[in-house]
Amino acid sequence: MHTNEPVKGLHGVMAEFDSAQAVVDAARLTMAQGFTRVEAYTPVPIEELNDVIHQKRTKLSQIVLVAGLAGMAAGFALQYWASVIEYPMNIGGRPQASWLTFIIPSYELTILFAALSAAIGMIVLNGLPQPYHPVFNVARFAMASSDKFFLVVESQDPKFDPHGTTEFLRSTGAKGVYDVDE
Amino acid sequence: MANHPHRTPLLEETPVILPGHDFETVTETVAEIPLSKRFPLGWIGMLLVGLSLAGMLHMALGYLVLKGIGIWGNNVPVGWAFDIINFVWWIGIGHAGTLISAILLLFKQQWRMSISRFAEAMTIFAVICAAIFPVFHTGRPWLAAYWLFPYPNTMGLWPQFKSPLIWDVFAVSTYATVSIVFWYIGMIPDMATLRDRAVSKVKASIYGMLSLGWRGSARHWHRYEVATLILAGLSTPLVLSVHTVVSFDFAVSVIPGWHATIFPPYFVAGAIYAGFAMVLTLAIPVRRFYGMESLITMRHIDNMAKITLATGLLVGYGYAMEAFFAWYSGSPHERFMIWNRMFGPYGWSYWTLIAINVVMIQLLWFTKVRHNTTLLFVMSLLIGVGMWLERFVIIVTSLNRDFIPASWGMYYPTQWDFMTFFGTLGLFLTLFLLFLRFVPMISIFEVKMLLPQSKVKADHHAH
Repeated sequence: MHTNEPVKGLHGVMAEFDSAQAVVDAARLTMAQGFTRVEAYTPVPIEELNDVIHQKRTKLSQIVLVAGLAGMAAGFALQYWASVIEYPMNIGGRPQASWLTFIIPSYELTILFAALSAAIGMIVLNGLPQPYHPVFNVARFAMASSDKFFLVVESQDPKFDPHGTTEFLRSTGAKGVYDVDE
Repeated sequence: MANHPHRTPLLEETPVILPGHDFETVTETVAEIPLSKRFPLGWIGMLLVGLSLAGMLHMALGYLVLKGIGIWGNNVPVGWAFDIINFVWWIGIGHAGTLISAILLLFKQQWRMSISRFAEAMTIFAVICAAIFPVFHTGRPWLAAYWLFPYPNTMGLWPQFKSPLIWDVFAVSTYATVSIVFWYIGMIPDMATLRDRAVSKVKASIYGMLSLGWRGSARHWHRYEVATLILAGLSTPLVLSVHTVVSFDFAVSVIPGWHATIFPPYFVAGAIYAGFAMVLTLAIPVRRFYGMESLITMRHIDNMAKITLATGLLVGYGYAMEAFFAWYSGSPHERFMIWNRMFGPYGWSYWTLIAINVVMIQLLWFTKVRHNTTLLFVMSLLIGVGMWLERFVIIVTSLNRDFIPASWGMYYPTQWDFMTFFGTLGLFLTLFLLFLRFVPMISIFEVKMLLPQSKVKADHHAH
């Protein structure tokens, strides 16, 4: 029995586990059931969960590569423009476009741009800052940053039905199953 | 052979954190400090010391701005002295924090996890103290903006990019920015922990805002881990470049004693050596005062002492090579420089630093010494002194007697020099104490990753 209509006022159903192993096992079972709108919440990073649930790696590395190269180009362009075009000075008879001396600022700006894009990129791709999220409505969820592991099947999932999904999550060995209000 | 029953276990096999911890106890031990309502007397006392010294710094800098940099002792021929000595000393100390948080992360050294947070805090505060010296040595720090940073100003002036001093501006400002970003990103999940545990509404909302609404979803953690790894990968070449560029301030010049190709690696090794000594100086009292012995264990202390020894030996090699180069160069000025360093008017400083950085650290070969925290604490303080003297020797003895005897002169620091230097120690102490009190001093989620609860077996039934 399933419905394509999301259940009104319900974000999903949340199951609680005691260890990383338990939540990963449950996630595997859940995905094997054919659920697609699933998310896990854990106090520590667990690489396997992303592989099991999302099966996709982030594009962050590509963003950082582009930003780093842009930083290098910007650094070099800045120095070339300032030292050759806008404000040429004779420093010990060195050529104006003395690229060797431009290496270090270009290098530092490469790292600066790359690092800022890694940090900001991670925050933006994650949709943070996000002060409200339905999962916080579950009182037990305060333990997600301490020592409990949670798995949520969202109501938008085509296979979702409040009763059946709750029963299914219980069968995966959950210590507790809760409704997540919108 | 490997499983020989009677073999005594090696130190490496002892756990990074002592047994008996689970997720809850780790969270409790660390989060309790920023969330508690208590301000321990010892903390208040230390804060008063720090604030008094920081007040002295304020006075010294205020008077400097009022009178000009003539109140400092440096003058021709010793045009650079306390300002650059202290700058290099502080920047160097910062390097250990980045080494712990970035390089050891890339090498998967799990023991780094309990000490990375406060070593990174040390880095940031050390860079803040360092920046004060060059900025105020300009005499008019409000003008330093257009001297140092390339921005379109009404005078149409641009910095001179062929100078190592401007390279230094780029290196140090990038280093400060990236260190702060890395530190903050590392704290986001712990801020969420504090938010969820805070009883008071005010604390919950402050930590909540700092956590950016972190909820620890699998997709978020994945991007977070990639971002952390990238930041570590970027910080590693960055930290090595910073002290390299600092050494270029000297090595690119033509002064005997400065113009040496060994300077970049020699400076980087010295920085890490002084930095690890500083981490020991901070870690030993902090773990005792806050009862963190089960998280910052003897394994950490021992490893840090070993790194101090290894980098100290590299520094000792640097001293030997400086003397060798001076002799082998055949240049009378280079030879005189090293003679002047050893037997000139500042000879006492050279032999003191040799006594500390070459002779004393040999004690660290012995396990008994590495496990005696009181002795180690005293040694780490002395290493701080030794490395300060190293910069004093390099800078002052090279300048006070250069090519022409007619231009020789002595350098004596003034009370304002000392007030500024000890003032930055107070500023550092103040910032560090505030950090200990209001921020989780140990990375909670990283320490949890060491516990069996977070381990997952590989999937045997691949679907």
